[in-house]
Amino acid sequence: MHDTAISLIELGAVFFGLGLLGRLAWRIGISPIPLYLIGGLAFGAGGLIPLHGIEEFATLAAEIGVILLLLLLGLEYSASELVTGMRRSWVAGLVDVVLNALPGAAVALLLGWGPVGAIVMAGVTYISSSGIIAKVLGDLGRLGNRETPVVLSILVFEDLAMAVYLPILTALLAGATLVGGLTAVGISLIVITVVLIVALKFGRYVSMMVDSPEPEVFLLRVLGAALLVAGIASQLQVSAAVGAFLLGIAISGSTAENATKLLEPLRDLFAAMFFVVFGLNTNPTTIPPVLGYAVALAFVTTLTKVATGWFAARQQGIGRMGRARAGAALVARGEFSIVIAGLAVTANAVDEQLAALATAYVLLMAVLGPVAARVVEPVARGMQRKLRPRTA
Amino acid sequence: MNVEVTPLPGLGTRQDFVSRGGRRIGVITYRDGRMEMIVSKQDDTDSCVASIPLTVEEGATLAALLGAPQLVTQLEDQHKDFAGITTRQLPLAPASPYDGRTLGDTALRTRTAVSVVAVVRNGTVHPSPRPDFRLVAGDLLITVGTAEGLSKAVEVLETG
Repeated sequence: MHDTAISLIELGAVFFGLGLLGRLAWRIGISPIPLYLIGGLAFGAGGLIPLHGIEEFATLAAEIGVILLLLLLGLEYSASELVTGMRRSWVAGLVDVVLNALPGAAVALLLGWGPVGAIVMAGVTYISSSGIIAKVLGDLGRLGNRETPVVLSILVFEDLAMAVYLPILTALLAGATLVGGLTAVGISLIVITVVLIVALKFGRYVSMMVDSPEPEVFLLRVLGAALLVAGIASQLQVSAAVGAFLLGIAISGSTAENATKLLEPLRDLFAAMFFVVFGLNTNPTTIPPVLGYAVALAFVTTLTKVATGWFAARQQGIGRMGRARAGAALVARGEFSIVIAGLAVTANAVDEQLAALATAYVLLMAVLGPVAARVVEPVARGMQRKLRPRTA
Repeated sequence: MNVEVTPLPGLGTRQDFVSRGGRRIGVITYRDGRMEMIVSKQDDTDSCVASIPLTVEEGATLAALLGAPQLVTQLEDQHKDFAGITTRQLPLAPASPYDGRTLGDTALRTRTAVSVVAVVRNGTVHPSPRPDFRLVAGDLLITVGTAEGLSKAVEVLETG
């Protein structure tokens, strides 16, 4: 009994502490993710306060956090939105992949982490944080802006890219050869196509299986289905996260909306736990050696995301200021970069320092992203003013 | 009028049009039914000077306020065959002595020969109000009469 009491106190302290950190984060206008990571760094191995007795729960909670993050990412866009989004923004989407995956891959190769490490870091620097971006756009009152649909359709494309990327990553992390990797690419492309077709044509039936007018029954069914699919996927050597993500895409319409509403608080809870556990498993002393690389990556990938947004917005005939805003909005990286790094770390297939680099990188980008979105207008105006006399 | 409908993936839809002055005006409808009115900036029409959340009731009120002149135009169209008859909308000022009193108390019909054909309140049109219709400051009285009668009616509503 005594052990349970201690565990409860520790867990309560962790959640309460995270609550305080989250409040502080929104107060100063940044995402709470970096503060959760710092919280984890402070608690874990080599940190200030070691935690005992709740590791097992925390690990499982973190795993559920990843599943919920990916499930809600899948729920966010309907299958038809994904398809039209891909049609409309595939050029900008490809520019996004090339510009933002390459810097990560290059740094990983430079550090001698091999092709697997390069693929992991490519994902970490590529994927924007749709959570942070949606929140920032809403806070800044930019949802009515003409460049906002451009930003959103890039996020939709990244969403689809994840569906292809995650199975490949899982196969590579499990030690697949080049042929095995290519097979994984083929299989994942087929699976995502099948899931999209099922969601478009038979989404009603998938939704019907989990839907219920009682919120309680509905919550249990959706959560149960997600954990079941994730568990089975994990058993089949496909990552649990991918299973949950594909389930999210398959559930559609009003069921998806209701599920999102019900699951959001749960996701926030478990995802917070996931960030803490990721921080826990990262030894803070491994960060300083890679800090220089993290800063360089942050600098380069800020510019590449701005370029992506600029390019995509220009294609849609949006003015210079709007292009700058679209670029700056996309800068934030967050939860999914950590999810990717987390998959790699759990598989023990990459250099130990990768966790440190990913942590430092996301710490920088999750803070930098909202700041960039905020300051872009005055900065762009200042630059315009400076440039005008020369061009005139 | 060319209303552009743009899907906002994951959020809802944006519907807007460009006004004659070059401003984008429109509405964002979120998936959960919430609505926001948006107005673009003058110098940078890509961005918004304001996006104002409106409840269903507020949206309907705004729509009716903007639609009220159209009601007057319609009535004018109907009366244009009769020379000398004009339709006007007269607001009931907060300082009016008839705030809280009935339409019959104003005795508009007997004093100015003006008819009140409708009252617009909070976006709802009350057609053909009876003499016991209680007026409230902010009401818009849609009136029909001669030009002379109408200017007299303005005076009556202001000063009693």
